[in-house]
Amino acid sequence: MNDSEDILSIALDWHKAGEQVAIATVTSTWGSSPRRPGSRMAITASGRMAGSVSGGCIEGAVAEAAGRSIATGLPQLLDFGVTDERAWEVGLACGGKISVFVEKLVADAPA
Amino acid sequence: MRLDHLTALHAAAAARRPVAYATRLTDGAAYILPDLAAPNSPPDSPPDSPLGLLATEAAAMLAAGRTGVVTIADEPWFIESRTPSPRAFIIGAVHIAQTLAPLAVSMGFDVVVIDPRRTFAAPDRFPGIALRTDWPDEALDALNPDRATAIITLTHDPKLDDPGLIRALASDAFYIGALGSRKTHAARLERLTASGISTAAQARICAPVGLDIGAVTAPEIALSIIGQIVAARRGKLAKS
Repeated sequence: MNDSEDILSIALDWHKAGEQVAIATVTSTWGSSPRRPGSRMAITASGRMAGSVSGGCIEGAVAEAAGRSIATGLPQLLDFGVTDERAWEVGLACGGKISVFVEKLVADAPA
Repeated sequence: MRLDHLTALHAAAAARRPVAYATRLTDGAAYILPDLAAPNSPPDSPPDSPLGLLATEAAAMLAAGRTGVVTIADEPWFIESRTPSPRAFIIGAVHIAQTLAPLAVSMGFDVVVIDPRRTFAAPDRFPGIALRTDWPDEALDALNPDRATAIITLTHDPKLDDPGLIRALASDAFYIGALGSRKTHAARLERLTASGISTAAQARICAPVGLDIGAVTAPEIALSIIGQIVAARRGKLAKS
């Protein structure tokens, strides 16, 4: 089982346990980003987290965004990079750029 | 992400079926490709329609094992190639295997330890690891190693190692390693030659097994082996 598969299993387990779950997926990276496209992180409304989308520098911001996607049901595409002030704020000073797609785990097809 | 997609992806992974998972980054609409019989795949679309183009692009990316963002009909899609997890089949439930098996699990491998000697292949020696107690050749026939598979023989017993190696060499396994000194390996190669295995096939065997890190203890040898397997998987294996 590869790690992104493992994270999806954890997300499924959390959902079955009645948690509200969001899934974050690395879609693109440039430069020295440590996690490859397809790397995943699962986050619950109650604050549980599994997996990672960076070396640990943007997980906090991604978890915050996950909370918003859980609340609104809307997906978000987040960009972090050295040219982005937000990235410095969250500590992505390693010189990389990274895009992360955040979406809520939903029972039905979106309308 | 939809729950039914998540379960379908899980089922594909369990069946070792490669699939592409395509997500439209504007709104999260997603498809599992290719599987036109599955309810969540796009309907039969003309090849030049957006979904037809998506299916073609997804098939090409899956064939190349690539994951990334592509633009289709002016919209960004994230296409993830989901290929089967790598597997590691360890022949010989010996001391080295007790460290190697959990190390391989932590590297993302599905691990099976094979040893017909039940005192060795005992669950309490390998907590959480899949064990088989049939003969190595029969076990490999049943497990059907593919090009995402590493096979390691550790028993030091030709009765167990040789049939396993012969089956391993008949497969597309990306890594085949055999424990034993240069002298042991030379004797092994003579036996394999007598069994009709070509020199070219024999050259696929990494032996003495593992990276040269001066390993002495069983856990150190396990570390050198997993290092060599990772190098082989990432295309960085320099064979001695």
